Amino acid sequence: MYPFPKMIEWLKKMFGKFGLIFALLFIFALFAVIAPESFSSRRSIETMTRQMAITGVAALGMTLIIILGGIDLSIGSVVALTTVIIAIVLRGFTGDGHSAEMYDIQVGSGAVVIALIFGGGAAAIVGFLNGVLITRLRVVPFIVTLGMLLIVRGVAKGLAHEQKVDAPTSLLNSLLAPNDGFMSHGVIVMLVLAILVSILLTYPRLGRQIYAIGSNELTARLCGVMVERTKLIVYTLASFSVGIAGTLQFSRLTVGDPTVAGGLELDVIAAVVIGGGSLSGGEGSVLGTMVGVAIITVIRTGCSHMGLPNWVQEIITGCIIVSAVAIDRIRHRRAA
Amino acid sequence: MNSIEPRLEMTGISKRFDQTLALDNVNLSVSAGEVLALMGENGAGKSTLMKVLSGVFPPDNGTILLDKKKYCPTSPLEARKRGIAMIYQELSLAPHLSIEDNISLGDEPTSWGLVRRQTMRKTAKDALKLMGHFEIDPRRRVDTLSVGMQQIVEIARAMAFGCKVLVFDEPTSSLSQEDVKRLFTLIRHLRSSAHSIIYISHFIEEVKEIADRFTVLRDGKSVASGNIRDVSKEQIATLMVGRDISELYPHSTHTSSDVLLELDGLNGIEKPKNANFTLRRGEVVGIAGLVGSGRTEFARTIFGLDPIASGNIRVGTLKGTATPQSRWRQGVGMVSENRKSEGLAISLTVADNITLPNLTKYGRFGFVSPKAMNQASSEWIRRLEIKTRTPVQQVIDLSGGNQQKVAIARLLESDVDLLLLDEPTRGIDVASKAMIYDIIDKLVLKNKAILFISSYLPELFGVCDRIAVMCRGRLGQACPVSELSEHDVMLAATGASI
Repeated sequence: MYPFPKMIEWLKKMFGKFGLIFALLFIFALFAVIAPESFSSRRSIETMTRQMAITGVAALGMTLIIILGGIDLSIGSVVALTTVIIAIVLRGFTGDGHSAEMYDIQVGSGAVVIALIFGGGAAAIVGFLNGVLITRLRVVPFIVTLGMLLIVRGVAKGLAHEQKVDAPTSLLNSLLAPNDGFMSHGVIVMLVLAILVSILLTYPRLGRQIYAIGSNELTARLCGVMVERTKLIVYTLASFSVGIAGTLQFSRLTVGDPTVAGGLELDVIAAVVIGGGSLSGGEGSVLGTMVGVAIITVIRTGCSHMGLPNWVQEIITGCIIVSAVAIDRIRHRRAA
Repeated sequence: MNSIEPRLEMTGISKRFDQTLALDNVNLSVSAGEVLALMGENGAGKSTLMKVLSGVFPPDNGTILLDKKKYCPTSPLEARKRGIAMIYQELSLAPHLSIEDNISLGDEPTSWGLVRRQTMRKTAKDALKLMGHFEIDPRRRVDTLSVGMQQIVEIARAMAFGCKVLVFDEPTSSLSQEDVKRLFTLIRHLRSSAHSIIYISHFIEEVKEIADRFTVLRDGKSVASGNIRDVSKEQIATLMVGRDISELYPHSTHTSSDVLLELDGLNGIEKPKNANFTLRRGEVVGIAGLVGSGRTEFARTIFGLDPIASGNIRVGTLKGTATPQSRWRQGVGMVSENRKSEGLAISLTVADNITLPNLTKYGRFGFVSPKAMNQASSEWIRRLEIKTRTPVQQVIDLSGGNQQKVAIARLLESDVDLLLLDEPTRGIDVASKAMIYDIIDKLVLKNKAILFISSYLPELFGVCDRIAVMCRGRLGQACPVSELSEHDVMLAATGASI
């Protein structure tokens, strides 16, 4: 019936594999046609990649957790905590500067390294605590991390005395600055992390075990996988990656803000789920997640270029989430 | 007892799923006031046939007549409206609701949108009365009832719908002795009130007691029908299996050598209780017992999945507490009785499932090579004749028998010395069973040790060198098979002796 049955078959296979990328390209093309020309300019695309960075980095950690069959609702708060801690540590290197002139002071890379250690460390500790509570107390991740969302947000506000923490100027400030040369450093950080996480999921034992636990925890236990230890590692690693997202957030704000990134967890979960992650575990991929983040970003940017109000963007994003998952389910059912 | 006109008549029913012909020209008929036993091994097509009858999916060929009218239901609800009700093994009641709520569920009597509680209560009472159960209060919550009573509520629901044909799917598998008696009384009661009953079971004893006629399915074909009085238990068994049962089991001579597993006063949290046991290389020891007697807990405690309360386990020369990961390192492997919920990660690939316990084998420095995993798995796919296209196919796509082969390939790939097999042949086809018996035999000849848990006595007698019986958490002495009869084992399992 078809002139090239093999080619049709091949196309079907490709579509099954890269359907999501086609969807991204389609959405992009759609906006390129209907939105003002400024949307598809090089500059605009460069901006979009920078806007992806924070959500993207946080989503990499969440991908691990969701494949494991867990969830982490505390990541927005962890991002806020990280910005606050970085700001406070950097301030410590200025002597006792008054906040009015804080911007004029420059601190060196030694200070930055120490600030990053503290910021990333704090984030990792939150993840470790999540892991301990989930594995030792056997409370479901949803509840543990919901509690942690409030606790960490509270700690961040307490540390910052409920206001923004001004920080001295440092090389952190330029991480997410527009870069005419190649890519902004923050985007490079995201891509390198994506490759690392992707390798982690494919080649090391840990990766296979993460999939196994998410697919069937009992089987993993039966096969001698150290389920508790693996969970602890994954929650800690994931939260550390959220710490990196927090660093990028700080770089964009240039101050520590205890109220920033409220609801980031929802964007991140949405991205992972659009990318084929299953909330019941065992499914998900780095490529999918990154495309998911890109889809959300393209829709936001496209809508704002068209001058559509925020509420329209929200409705569209919501529809995309539900339909992406629905399409994925239908495909699964057909395959079964 | 046999009226001339059948109430339900299924003729020439066929159903194909992809490659497999699940039903091949099956005939079945049942009259009013008759109990028909539908028998056959797992995978013989009983469930498929009943799914056709209850409208889950249509047959490819064949006709169904109900009271001489053509009947082709498109949904279970329609089947129920036409008077055919299914009583499944797993009960389908809402545990938080009351009996009367459950009985009227989906068809609540209402006026002006409000539920008419009085009518509901009356419906429930009438249905229960019809079954001779006056004593049950329809306001009780279902989760306060025993499993047996819940089943009665389930049947009452069918009665309230005015169903004329009731299909019982393995109804006694989770019932106590007393509940079984009550159920049989009820079934006789239904028979005398001109209901038609299809009774699915593979317990031959039970069928001899309750049924009038029988139909045996094998490999999707109806191979025999007749009056239950005209056949012996052995004849039914032979009809179900399709060959002489003794052919299934290999008969090589095993020579046992040094002790590989030794238990000394082992206590679990509840079960097992004070178990003493030795298992030598080169022998298969069977554990018989009823469901819930503690056989599974016994194996799980040995494997480190359940905690040890007191006592010692020695594997070879190794002592002390163990976890599943240390057991695998010591050369112990286990096949779980729950293939889908515990035994296998069904959304992962065949290769993932086979290689999971020992990933260090397939690479260095904490890395694994997918290629090495696939190669190792391909070898087992070939040797165990696992029907899968590639090693990276998801386990969920495989049939039960092939899934079980994957679970066993996992132990073979890890080359364990001690195999703990918990119901390894449950729910799989005869060919796969024969294959598994053969694997066990070859392993024993290679000086491995095997602990074999099964509820199916002929299998235990066919495969094992010694058998120990477990009853209420206590493990009896393991005796050579030649000194035991199935009767002895059954008595010990039900606590009649020891």
